[in-house]
Amino acid sequence: MRHFRAATPALLATGALVLTACSTVGGGDGDSGTTKDGEPTRVVLVTHESFVLPEDLQAEFEQQSGYELVVRASGDAGALTNKLVLTKGDPLGDVTFGIDNTFASRALDEGVLAPYDATLPEGAEQYRLPGDDDHALTPVDNASVCVNVDDTWFAAHDQEPPSSLDDLADPAYRDLFVAPGAATSSPGMAFLLATIAEYGDDWPDYWERLMANGAKLTEGWSDAYQVDFTQGGGQGKRPVVLSYDSSPAFTIADDGTSTTSALLDTCFRQVEYAGVLEGAENPDGAEALVDFLLTPEVQAALPESMYVFPVDAGVELPEEWAQFARQPADPLEVDPAEIAANRDDWLREWSDITSR
Amino acid sequence: MRRTLTLVGLAAVPLAVLGVFFVLPVAGMISEGFYVDGQLDVGAVVEVLTRPRTVRVVWFTVWSALAGTALSLLLGVPAAHLLHRRRFPGRSALRAALLVPFVLPTVVVGVAFRELIGEAGPLGFLGFDGSAAAIVAGLAFFNVAVVIRAVGAAWESLDPRPAEAAAALGAGPAHVFRTVTLPALRPAIVSAASVVFLFCATAFGVVLTLGGLRYSSVETEIYLLTTNLLDLQAAAALSIVQLLAIVALLAITSRLRAVADPTLARTTARPPRIGRGDWPSVAATALVLLLVGLPVTALVVGSLHAGGGWSLDNYRALTTEGSRQALLVPATTALVTSLRTAVDATWMSLTLGVLVAVVVSRRSHSRTERRARGLLDGLFMLPLGVSAVTLGFGFLITLDEPPLDLRDNPLLVPIAQALVALPLVVRTLAPALGGIDDRQRQAAASLGAGPVRTFATVDLPVLWKPLLAAAGFAFAVSLGEFGATSFLAREENPTLPIVIFHLIGHPGAMNYGMALAASVVLAATTAVVMLAVERLRVPSLGAL
Repeated sequence: MRHFRAATPALLATGALVLTACSTVGGGDGDSGTTKDGEPTRVVLVTHESFVLPEDLQAEFEQQSGYELVVRASGDAGALTNKLVLTKGDPLGDVTFGIDNTFASRALDEGVLAPYDATLPEGAEQYRLPGDDDHALTPVDNASVCVNVDDTWFAAHDQEPPSSLDDLADPAYRDLFVAPGAATSSPGMAFLLATIAEYGDDWPDYWERLMANGAKLTEGWSDAYQVDFTQGGGQGKRPVVLSYDSSPAFTIADDGTSTTSALLDTCFRQVEYAGVLEGAENPDGAEALVDFLLTPEVQAALPESMYVFPVDAGVELPEEWAQFARQPADPLEVDPAEIAANRDDWLREWSDITSR
Repeated sequence: MRRTLTLVGLAAVPLAVLGVFFVLPVAGMISEGFYVDGQLDVGAVVEVLTRPRTVRVVWFTVWSALAGTALSLLLGVPAAHLLHRRRFPGRSALRAALLVPFVLPTVVVGVAFRELIGEAGPLGFLGFDGSAAAIVAGLAFFNVAVVIRAVGAAWESLDPRPAEAAAALGAGPAHVFRTVTLPALRPAIVSAASVVFLFCATAFGVVLTLGGLRYSSVETEIYLLTTNLLDLQAAAALSIVQLLAIVALLAITSRLRAVADPTLARTTARPPRIGRGDWPSVAATALVLLLVGLPVTALVVGSLHAGGGWSLDNYRALTTEGSRQALLVPATTALVTSLRTAVDATWMSLTLGVLVAVVVSRRSHSRTERRARGLLDGLFMLPLGVSAVTLGFGFLITLDEPPLDLRDNPLLVPIAQALVALPLVVRTLAPALGGIDDRQRQAAASLGAGPVRTFATVDLPVLWKPLLAAAGFAFAVSLGEFGATSFLAREENPTLPIVIFHLIGHPGAMNYGMALAASVVLAATTAVVMLAVERLRVPSLGAL
């Protein structure tokens, strides 16, 4: 008891000090986002957690446009889309980035976006969302989900690597393939769509063959690539993995060549879009940001900051990308409206097949 | 009358906070599911409950959580005996270290586990990868610390004399344990089991990562339905199942937890050294160490690998922004953000926790009053059992208009974390307060002390140590919290678990190594905080 009393003032003082020094309370700037005349002073970007804009580019945008840029990043592309749908009419910000072509139809159908016809850079027209006639979504980047193979493994085993989706179900490649699941991962969903594009209504049959051939499913990309893939961070055992067309640029050996390659006939292309939110407080700022994401500076920074390809055909790619990251000329495609209509049924059927 | 008013006044603040930041958002999300195009449609929600898939998911959740709880108890109770009733060198360091898993982000633990039990791992021959057994082991990995701490604290303050008397009368060790020790520990064991069950039943990453997608729990299903399929009816149905299950669980445990005389018999006797008869607790502790130690060792080893050899490069890189600007902020900055957020979450949950604990622990004067206290106690357990996704989306759709225009408030993250930590805080403080003989307060009052003075001289000295223990818990919960945090809007200040998730999700060997190194830093930080708390609370009273 006496001990307690003696220590109390000192501890309370320390506690108070720690609280005031470390707390985040009062850390906010209390900015309401408008000037005295009600003119907006900032633009709020709502995006997913993979969004990264290098600091110098963010400063450049703020200087050019005169608006402070506030980035609110959380969740994945699906969570982002659903958040925007649920807060329709009272949007979370002014502009969004990160809705992809597998979720885009839902966002369009629900009317969460306002039309804005941005001037696209050279070569970007091909990435427009089919059916988006009002130009509510502006393509910013793209990346294809492709099956990747460890070439060194196949060389060491004196075996020809697989080259098509069909090969993955071939007993010669038994127990070699690992992929993230469609229900829990966005590349996993893209792979399911690739198989639907390839096999049409027979896709459940293909998946049954694939699973019977020892395909392994994981929760997310990092599990499949980092743990199970032979060229990942850990000591994996499977030389065939579902990843991206850009992945070979990250597995460069000491001799300067890549140890992996992407199978370009197995790819599904994901395009990420930006758009002005319906009911935005600062539509001018929102449009300025969409334009800014299309500038050569931002487009050139995309590969290194977000691991995706720019839509601008004119910008130069980083050296490893130019050398080793080959893009599919003719990726597998599924109509966005069809995805929106069938996502639920497809995922349920897929879950049934893969959890047997 | 005045007494009742005081207690109601004390309860008002925590109730208001719970109302705004929990009841309102969750109710908002559930009603989204019930109203389709503005029309109330109960039938559709009921229909979801009869789907075979729903039944399968609920069944899996119940049995896996039961198995996880059972394994945690089986390992945790004997380990608590060794770590809290026996004396040996390095004891407090070991206790602190065992709490580490509690804060590790599941995504990293998943990777660490799978490095061990995966096809290529040293334990791959067991064929555990993607099995329900792996899920149960993972659940125990995360929760065994809760059992050790809660049961250990109760055990420490147990009067050893009845057991000694029984032994002197000829009862064997097993008999003594069954007839004397176990009944005395029952409240603590039941409390710990109920909290662990809730943690297991709402586990998310473990089920998906270690189960190889073959298993779905209610929590993973709500996530899929809400963030991917936007099937809010089905999500609402499952949220209601979750809520009902928690209410049932609380009703059962409050009966099992009740003891005739809650007044704690406190002892400060110096614990004996390990003896020959302690082999069961030694064996259980060794198993716990193995379960917790192996994945953590895998993490540390992985973090020290860079560029094909042993090096500290991964740790050095934590002060940069990743090999390819993968991060907006260096991991060190994120650690500072994490610590600051944790300070906020800690004081919030302690403030609310003390108020709730005072209200629920005072002796009731009537049956109704006791009921009301029981309800209040249960109400604050709810945040443990509701999906972070439901809460996160609920924040966005309900806290969007003045005077509650809070969805962009930076304090939302610590508030959400404080709510998650609150049940642990209340469960730590309430038994200590309940153990105070009310006659002490009456004596203080009759000597002229006001309510505040009485609290300061009677309650606070007893509460002091459990308060520190609770602070440690709250701090650890906040440091490791990922679900709600990743979901809430954050401006450019990600916490360390978010940064780790980001790092591990991108290609490049450096990012992988950095993610492991950052996890080790997070674990070490937690262990240091726990060790500090451990040093401060000498004769512990805190029990869940």
